[in-house]
Amino acid sequence: MYEGVVQDLIDELGRLPGVGPKSAQRIAFYLLQADPADVRRLVEVLTTVKEKVRFCATCGNVSEEELCRICRDPRRDTTMICVVEESKDVIAIEKTREFRGTYHVLGGAISPIEGIGPDNLRIRELMTRLANVEIKELILATDPNLEGEATATYLARLVKGMGFTVSRLASGLPVGGDLEYADEVTLGRAFEGRRSLEY
Amino acid sequence: MYLSSLALKDFRSYEELALNLDPGVTVFIGSNGFGKTNIIEAIGYLTTLSSHRVSTDAPLVRIGTESAYLKGVVENLGRSTTIELEINPSRANRGRINQNAQRSTREIIGHIRSVLFAPEDLALVKGDPNERRKFLDILLVLRNPRYASTLSDYERVLKQRNALLKSAAGMRRVDVSALSTLEVWDQQLVAIGSELILARMQLVSALMEPVARNYKHLAEGHEISLVYQSTIWQNPQNSKQVELAEVAAGFRIALDGVRKREFERGITLAGPHRDDLLLSLRTHPLKGYASQGESWSYALALKLASYDLLRSDGVEPILILDDVFSELDTTRRDRLSDLISKNEQILITAAVPEDLPAELDGRRVAISRDGDSSSAGGVL
Ligand SMILES: [Zn+2]
Repeated sequence: MYEGVVQDLIDELGRLPGVGPKSAQRIAFYLLQADPADVRRLVEVLTTVKEKVRFCATCGNVSEEELCRICRDPRRDTTMICVVEESKDVIAIEKTREFRGTYHVLGGAISPIEGIGPDNLRIRELMTRLANVEIKELILATDPNLEGEATATYLARLVKGMGFTVSRLASGLPVGGDLEYADEVTLGRAFEGRRSLEY
Repeated sequence: MYLSSLALKDFRSYEELALNLDPGVTVFIGSNGFGKTNIIEAIGYLTTLSSHRVSTDAPLVRIGTESAYLKGVVENLGRSTTIELEINPSRANRGRINQNAQRSTREIIGHIRSVLFAPEDLALVKGDPNERRKFLDILLVLRNPRYASTLSDYERVLKQRNALLKSAAGMRRVDVSALSTLEVWDQQLVAIGSELILARMQLVSALMEPVARNYKHLAEGHEISLVYQSTIWQNPQNSKQVELAEVAAGFRIALDGVRKREFERGITLAGPHRDDLLLSLRTHPLKGYASQGESWSYALALKLASYDLLRSDGVEPILILDDVFSELDTTRRDRLSDLISKNEQILITAAVPEDLPAELDGRRVAISRDGDSSSAGGVL
């Protein structure tokens, strides 16, 4: 254990996802030795992020305004909605430049082990959107793992008979993986080859 | 195939061990508890990514260190492959094949093929169904590595489904949203589980002939039979006549039948995780019927049969016998050494040279003391 505030810093860093006790200690000592101006800049960004960034009222993507950049863009096709688990998946799909529709960010996937059910995801918001806007296609781009697959199946059943196409990204994505780690070419191809779902 | 070298670092009691091996018979001699089984365990781990002695990785890492390192070089048809594995109990294990880092350690499975027979294998005959399922699954994955992901997916779906059942069991009235997600997990459970059931059924029917043949050699005949008994059917089905869609349909019906009890108990009550391999001798179930000697012969016949199946797939596996000769009577010892003497590589451990049949001539490596890095260097 270190003295007071140093240990506090290590503890706080250790609460971040993917940071174990050892890394927390390494980052803490890096910060202690870093240039004060660098640290101040980091603090400012952290503060601004918490003050300014919120979640898009329509799609749940991170945004600095009421609506995110994509939902504000009049050129985007609102009859197509691509459902993803996290905001980082929006970034990954945007990089492929394959998709000109809009998104819906669920905030995770169904996972009873972690106590996450449909009520803990932004599914009610999605249903409201689907009821109020004319939709031609709903693309289920949840992660290609069991939880993502379960979520896609659940949604496909939920929207059955609503009169639009429901599709799932084509296989070819590494199974068991995260969407964000698929390279652009693979993800782009998966998008092009998406198949319609029947449940 | 044969293992030409094995290196261990911080594995079990070994701080460091480097061993060069030859084709043919190699015998590791040393008192029990002196670490010779650790060598066998390491080769087994490189084969199946699991230990035959413990179910978690923590005991494999030397006390006071964070990870263990295993490296094996196998030679097959003139080509040599280097497999490296880092075992990290606190984070993901890492594997390399010919110096190339792998996305998943599962990629390693299939490169080193070995069949291990150890005293623990008596549990195949006398133990819980779990032991027999493990036997089938290990062989399934060795024959076709893609089943490694089928198995881990099934385990994951099962965990998710059980978590859901458990949370629903806590509710006074099962709400609609919980039920609709259960249907989603049912679908995955059935899809993945049916594939597993069918693969196991096909494996069991492929094992019939070699098990019978090996048993006959070891124990003078007698009718034996193997039946895959699934919890999804009342009566065992013949794998040759059944198709995936039928397995899935049967699985569905079975789930419907246990649904009410599943909600009460909070666990999944039908599926490959509760199936068994029924072993019988002279039409009697083996458990509680066979003598000690017959049980040993049966367990050994199962292992030799898996060896034969792997060989018929095109690659001759490494045969490992961990301290088994001392468990067999003279007749069975001689017959076993007769059966295996022509294999490409056989690694044997024994406490004393007297335990070994005289015909098994080979290089003898003395293991003198636990944790002594030079212990395996001496050749008798
Ligand atoms: Zn938006």
